[in-house]
Amino acid sequence: MAPDSDMEVVKGAKVLMVGAGGIGCELLKTLALSGFEDIHIIDMDTIEVSNLNRQFLFRQCHVGQSKAKVARDAVLKFKPHINIKPYHANVKNPEFNIEFFKQFSVVVNGLDNLDARRHVNRLCLAAEVPLIESGTTGFLGQVTVHVKGKTECYECQGKPAPKTYPVCTITNTPSKFVHCVVWAKDLLFAKLFGDRSQDNDLNVQSSDSVDASKNTEDVFERKPDEDPENYGQRIYDHVFGYNIELALSNEETWRHREKPRPIYINDVLPEKSFQKNGYLENSIDVNMAISAMPALGLKSPQEIWSLAENTKVFLEALSLFIKKRVKDIGNLTFDKDDQLAVEFVTAAANIRASSFGIPMHSLFETKGIAGNIVHAVATTNAIIAGLIVIEAIKVLQGNFNNYRMTYCLEFPKKKMLLMPIEPFEANESCYVCSETPLILEINTRTSKLRDFVEKIVRNKLGMNLPLIMHGANLIFEDGDDIEEDVASNYARNLDKVLAELPSPVTSGTALTVEDLQQELKCNIIIKHREEFDEEKEPDGMVLSGWTERVNDNQSSNGESTSSVLSATAEIKNTNGTYVASGRPLVSGTKRKISEMEEASDNSSNPSSKSNSADRENPQQVEDNDVVDDLVILEVPPEVPKKKKVKCFVTLRKAFISHVGSSGEALESFYCTSFVALISRMPVN
Amino acid sequence: MSRLRIAMDGEELTAQQTALYDRQIRVWGVDAQKRLSKANVLVSGLNGTIAEFCKNIVLAGVGSLTLMDDRLVTKDAIHANFLITPEEAKHSGSSLAEVYCNSLKEFNPMVHVSVEKGDLHQFAGVFLDKFDVVVISCCSPKDKILINNKCRERQKRIAFYTVECRDSCGEIFVDLQSYAYPKKKSDGTDECHLEYSSLEEAISTSWRSLPSKTTKTFFAMRVLEHFESLQNRKPCQISGSDLPHVLEMRKNLCEAQGLNEFHIPELLLNRLVAAGAREHPPVCAILGGILGQEVIKAISGKGEPIKNFFHFNTADGKGIIEDIPPASVC
Repeated sequence: MAPDSDMEVVKGAKVLMVGAGGIGCELLKTLALSGFEDIHIIDMDTIEVSNLNRQFLFRQCHVGQSKAKVARDAVLKFKPHINIKPYHANVKNPEFNIEFFKQFSVVVNGLDNLDARRHVNRLCLAAEVPLIESGTTGFLGQVTVHVKGKTECYECQGKPAPKTYPVCTITNTPSKFVHCVVWAKDLLFAKLFGDRSQDNDLNVQSSDSVDASKNTEDVFERKPDEDPENYGQRIYDHVFGYNIELALSNEETWRHREKPRPIYINDVLPEKSFQKNGYLENSIDVNMAISAMPALGLKSPQEIWSLAENTKVFLEALSLFIKKRVKDIGNLTFDKDDQLAVEFVTAAANIRASSFGIPMHSLFETKGIAGNIVHAVATTNAIIAGLIVIEAIKVLQGNFNNYRMTYCLEFPKKKMLLMPIEPFEANESCYVCSETPLILEINTRTSKLRDFVEKIVRNKLGMNLPLIMHGANLIFEDGDDIEEDVASNYARNLDKVLAELPSPVTSGTALTVEDLQQELKCNIIIKHREEFDEEKEPDGMVLSGWTERVNDNQSSNGESTSSVLSATAEIKNTNGTYVASGRPLVSGTKRKISEMEEASDNSSNPSSKSNSADRENPQQVEDNDVVDDLVILEVPPEVPKKKKVKCFVTLRKAFISHVGSSGEALESFYCTSFVALISRMPVN
Repeated sequence: MSRLRIAMDGEELTAQQTALYDRQIRVWGVDAQKRLSKANVLVSGLNGTIAEFCKNIVLAGVGSLTLMDDRLVTKDAIHANFLITPEEAKHSGSSLAEVYCNSLKEFNPMVHVSVEKGDLHQFAGVFLDKFDVVVISCCSPKDKILINNKCRERQKRIAFYTVECRDSCGEIFVDLQSYAYPKKKSDGTDECHLEYSSLEEAISTSWRSLPSKTTKTFFAMRVLEHFESLQNRKPCQISGSDLPHVLEMRKNLCEAQGLNEFHIPELLLNRLVAAGAREHPPVCAILGGILGQEVIKAISGKGEPIKNFFHFNTADGKGIIEDIPPASVC
């Protein structure tokens, strides 16, 4: 790499960095040291204590302040004369429109969620600005390059949806600890402390008998003057005792399952002698500091509490909410940084787990599951940031043939810990960067427009301010500047089922869904379907077409297509948790690697005769071992290569599913199976 | 003799440590975090790559970090370095170690960062007993070997590392002596055993005996080391005008070692020679990250360590592990 020519493109570049967190801090530092002089940063977050172990630009005294601003100030201390412009804002805000994106030479992402990644991808495509995307989890990481017209876009590969669980598993038949945590957090906690007007499935198991559900509705209301302790015991007996008895009465459910054990407070704490001390009176009235643990003599978040201890924490935490945080009740949502909330959810999840014969977990572990906490260390972020800057410089040089996606591995593969791969070409059927229509199977007679907007347009397509058209008729639009009568018309539409809209949506209807901010337009063809499998299709609708190639025009090499398709099928079989896209990865055709000479080396040494001599002799090309070491994505007929592709496809799938896309939404067991996959070692 | 003997007195992590280290404890566990907080690390020779490494292990929460480098801070030192402000470079008078120390202390108040004066290769071996990990950079191969051998002579187990960054290329060497680590297998956990060669053994291995696929960066680094030693240069004290002599050196070494010269391309040598002591900041970040991870692995006793060289080359983007056996084995 010739430093002089590097320096010119680097100095003249204007960079947008989205995200100033774990990767962002490292990236901003490395960009500044590498000579970048004009860097804009967008981050909506403020600094938290748990950031300080890796986001090294931040200190204890910065907790609560804007990440983007503090990061800027910290970097200016060692690199004072460069321009860093911070925006403490959400990248999805309308001010960051296509015009805004167009001013940059390259966009680098250090994001932690799929939603923002997709949004930035669309703006980069529309503004035609190269994007370098990244992600890390524990010791694993990846950097990918996305340049319109040259490589695939970020969304050319299917991304797994965040894991959801069927309602009945959560309410009736939990079999894993995570089911108990979801129940404790999304149902019980929400019911007791959240917005009461929201639908809640806590009593769904009794919905067979209308009477029962009616009776139980009042149980969660605290009667005026009811003692917090009595209230807590009543709730306890109801959710862990009575509700389980009720569920047991449905014999059919338990024919092939182990029966749960109802738990009543008198069985666990016969004496009701749980200790009270002066803690409450002495506590400082700061929400985050209120904790049930000290009063009960519990210190370590790593310990697994006994059923009695969990019961005490449950009662104490509930009582503290009533005594100390009564104002919060009715509008709380679970927050992993709210100590009392974490304690309550841990206790409730453990008591339920105990009832169902599922092993209990510590507060530390429960917090990780409930808060979807991503595993993060400084070293991986530093490595990934270095790789991003290397790619950014190549992109600025227009050094297209040398673009690489790089995977950072925990265990070496082919001796490599850092493994570069040639970027893929765009997926011809990508709904984001091509115009392929999507197909939606949905029950048009029972699904409301609202379901379609939330589950498909927002969640699946990741649109921010959508506009939905049926032919020339506008049926829905989101935005600030909509007139009142029009808005109320849309609101009415939202509650109508599709077939009963003013311009009815039925089987065969083609809808156009558009986001003007993202400059993204999709056509969706509706196919009516009566029934959906509650377990496998919990949304009650199925979107397809995207990530699946519609036109198979790979006539040149039919065999290769089938072999890769079988490779993807293999992934599906070996690990059902992956959302395996049917996209034939072979369409990411490998570009021929040109001779791996470094153009920059030549330019820095223009007079060298020996250089041209080197070129004559192919063996003297510097990177002569690159070509066969690179993972080849072409699928020649020989079997060994086929194997190579399978292995690679598996690896790439795993990476895309686990590191690149979901960030905070990852679950720890995903990572475990993933690490095992890469290292080809079975999970313990 | 399987892993570093770190004094564990059964203390629990404090609430403050648990809060600060929450995300990484989720990666490597409480036990590893406790071991980290008891480990003592010595670093001799400070540059941009070492700055990255120090940042990583201070953030990870090692017990102590001792820094050695008496060179005064100069303007050159601030390139590729986020631990020195231009102000400090201007009003020099402080040593690199002192400036690094002041800066690193702020990264994590729970880590004891300090300065030791003098040249490590002149210290008696007993000095090394204070440390669990020794990391060397900006140092001649002769002195590296000397220190490595002193570490090996101690009764106490000391993990030894060297790291060098020459612009867009970098190299890490690891010596864990005799090391065992748990490896997960389908039927439980197996203990894997690794025997490391010393630096002296590894770099005197005959090139003829190495696999033909051995990375060219390894050979190129050896050529430059030989050249600098022979000319009595400081490490990385080299420039473009030295290229003809370096090529001469390549020829001689290749003849003597029985390696075809094309394994050490001129383009690569040219690039490294022209770079001199300049470091490429993204490469510093990558090397400092990998080295940080390796030190954390050795201290925690978890994970598969590198045996025994790691090379990164920006030109192909690969981070490659090479296992260079001792000369006697070949």
